[in-house]
Amino acid sequence: MRHLGKAILGATTATVLSLGIGQSAQAEQLTLCWAAWDPANALVELSKDFTAKSGIDMKFEFVPWTNYADRFLNELNSKGKLCDLIIGDSQWIGGSAENGHYVKLNDFFDKEGIKMDDFVPATVVGYSEWPKNTPNYWALPAMGDVVGWTYRKDWFTKPELQKEFKEKYGWDLAAPTTFEQLKQIAEFFQKREIDGKTVYGASIYTERGSEGVTMGTMDVLYSFGFKYENPDKPYDMEGFVNSEKSVKGLEFYKALYDCCTPPGASNSYMGEGVDAFKSGQVAMHMNFAFTWPGLQKDEAVGGDKIGYFANPKGPDGDQFAQLGGQGISVVSYSDKQEAALKYIKWFAQPDVQAKWWQLGGFSCLKAVVEDPGFVASQPYAKTFLESMAIVKDFWAEPSYASLLQASQKRFHDYVVAGNGTAKEALDGLVKDWTEVFEDDGKI
Amino acid sequence: MDRAAEALARKTPLKAAHRIRGLSDKWIAWVFISPAIVLLLAINIFPLFWAIYLSFTNFRANRPNAVVESVGLRNYQRVLNDPDIWMAMQTTAHFVFWTIVLQTLIGFSLAYLIDRKFRGHAFWTTIILIPMMLSPAVVGNFWRFLYEPQIGLFAYAVSFLSGLHPSDIQMLGNTSLAPWSIIIVDTWMWTPYVMLICLAGLRSIPDYIYEAAEVDRASPWRQFWTITVPMALPFIMLAVLFRGIENFKMFDMVTLLTGGGPGSTTEVASITLKRQAFESWATGRSSAFAIVLFVAVFGLANIYVKALNKVKQR
Repeated sequence: MRHLGKAILGATTATVLSLGIGQSAQAEQLTLCWAAWDPANALVELSKDFTAKSGIDMKFEFVPWTNYADRFLNELNSKGKLCDLIIGDSQWIGGSAENGHYVKLNDFFDKEGIKMDDFVPATVVGYSEWPKNTPNYWALPAMGDVVGWTYRKDWFTKPELQKEFKEKYGWDLAAPTTFEQLKQIAEFFQKREIDGKTVYGASIYTERGSEGVTMGTMDVLYSFGFKYENPDKPYDMEGFVNSEKSVKGLEFYKALYDCCTPPGASNSYMGEGVDAFKSGQVAMHMNFAFTWPGLQKDEAVGGDKIGYFANPKGPDGDQFAQLGGQGISVVSYSDKQEAALKYIKWFAQPDVQAKWWQLGGFSCLKAVVEDPGFVASQPYAKTFLESMAIVKDFWAEPSYASLLQASQKRFHDYVVAGNGTAKEALDGLVKDWTEVFEDDGKI
Repeated sequence: MDRAAEALARKTPLKAAHRIRGLSDKWIAWVFISPAIVLLLAINIFPLFWAIYLSFTNFRANRPNAVVESVGLRNYQRVLNDPDIWMAMQTTAHFVFWTIVLQTLIGFSLAYLIDRKFRGHAFWTTIILIPMMLSPAVVGNFWRFLYEPQIGLFAYAVSFLSGLHPSDIQMLGNTSLAPWSIIIVDTWMWTPYVMLICLAGLRSIPDYIYEAAEVDRASPWRQFWTITVPMALPFIMLAVLFRGIENFKMFDMVTLLTGGGPGSTTEVASITLKRQAFESWATGRSSAFAIVLFVAVFGLANIYVKALNKVKQR
């Protein structure tokens, strides 16, 4: 019995000690959760400065984009303590704010003198605010991103192609400024032989599983006149989502898919688009700006061979682009909120933001992007700025996932599978979205 | 009691022997099976009842702080009136039907050939079994590359035979071909499984029955239809049952190959369920859908097992 007592005492002491040691070690380490992509690698590099300065170790949990939402939304919904800091997608902000996943940052910003006016307005609305356009902040804009285009400058500048193009369409082959021009260029390159290889017009988003086809379609629809709701009556979508202009936009996207994409591009998103461009298959490539630093460095298609342009104008001259990117938030279930806030305070500093841009991240701080040297700092910097000035985002409502699922299905059914008409697809979308908002008690 | 057991009983210390003797056989049985029962209740039965409860509520897993309210039969009503769900059920039925037909026909034919015991039959049996041993993730990715219209071997092979340009053969992007692309892969992967079961059935037929038939001068064709098929039928039906249940809940292969697309052409019930449960977070409604699926599979399997028992008793 005495032996047993000693053993219990020993085990208890060991447990207490190990827990104590564990906790003291934990206090020195923060876990940041994000998607596994190039900017995340840049953030790892950048965060070494934070560790050097604060003595707080940074641990990273990066999940591939395909599982990013599933993994981290599950983590947040189950009130998990894995992430102290999270760089969550812009659409999550409504749900995360309303469900208490994120710490509200207003008091912290006030205390530390961090001003939202110092950031690009679109990124503040897109990544930080809920409800939108109100001064309630749940994140610091961290990674500015937007859908834009890259093109094969080396193909566009071939004299024989320029001549042929001018004869056929009556204007100079160059980066398009309207969607009509974009389609003409895509048709021109489709199944053309260049350097002994068959090439195609454009890589666009068609992915069905997560958000791809919606991001691509919306990118076009905005400039054709699509509106999510009546500006005077929230959640009144009839005649806005399915307006005549929206129908034209959706028909255009389908026509672009049918005429000018490479074979087998029926389920293509960011990765497939990059592959198509890098392998020299396509003349133009729709993708988020985060891909540009990698493409610029690519030996086969980067350097002088690549050009960039912002999302073109629609038939009435409207010009918008789909917002991507994310803000950084403190997870309310974290035991290390103080340390996490320290990280945000450090990250918001102008010199850190400038280094963030240098390393391949996309800063949202005005001091960085409005610096006179910014436009010349990278070949894609100008296009990034132009694009960030015309952004629109998908619903950021707490039910964004249901809304997204509906649009994924409706758009893929029409654009890729060719079922029904554009009007039917958009009418169906109004019905689906209305049902979601009715379930939410918002209409 | 034999001598060894008697010796062992003598060697058992008196105290321990008494303790064990203090328990009845029934109690000892309970002691041994209770961990398994607890696990079964925790992993299978509790979630089932929990899902039944959730199916009558408006619970959403992404709103942990929201009040959970009872909605009566509304979730079931919506599931049963949802055209997308009926479409997914039709797609599933189409998929299950064709995979079973093809796998049974090819699997039984292969088993029949292997059963001839020709030279090297063991080697060929092993070769045929390889697809079944691979992970579905590997098979899905492997076939996705094969189907690739620009670099895939499948497109080139079909192009060689049909004269079509390879880039026009879009197995995964074409609404007519996409369901067949999955049926082909599933058949390639799981026919060996059906073959194994059929082979066991064929090997269980005693040789003397064939010898008697030979004496009666029955033709090989007659032997096949009156001996081989009826005696192997319970095994074939068992293979159909296993594959039917498996394919009814098929998820991995469809996700890897088409993700349910193009459009909703290959969206089988399990994918619709996953979307509702873990992407739209409509937990209550998806629970109702899961219960409907469970009842459907359970009911069909029950009817089928009764038919199987009748065949076995003949």
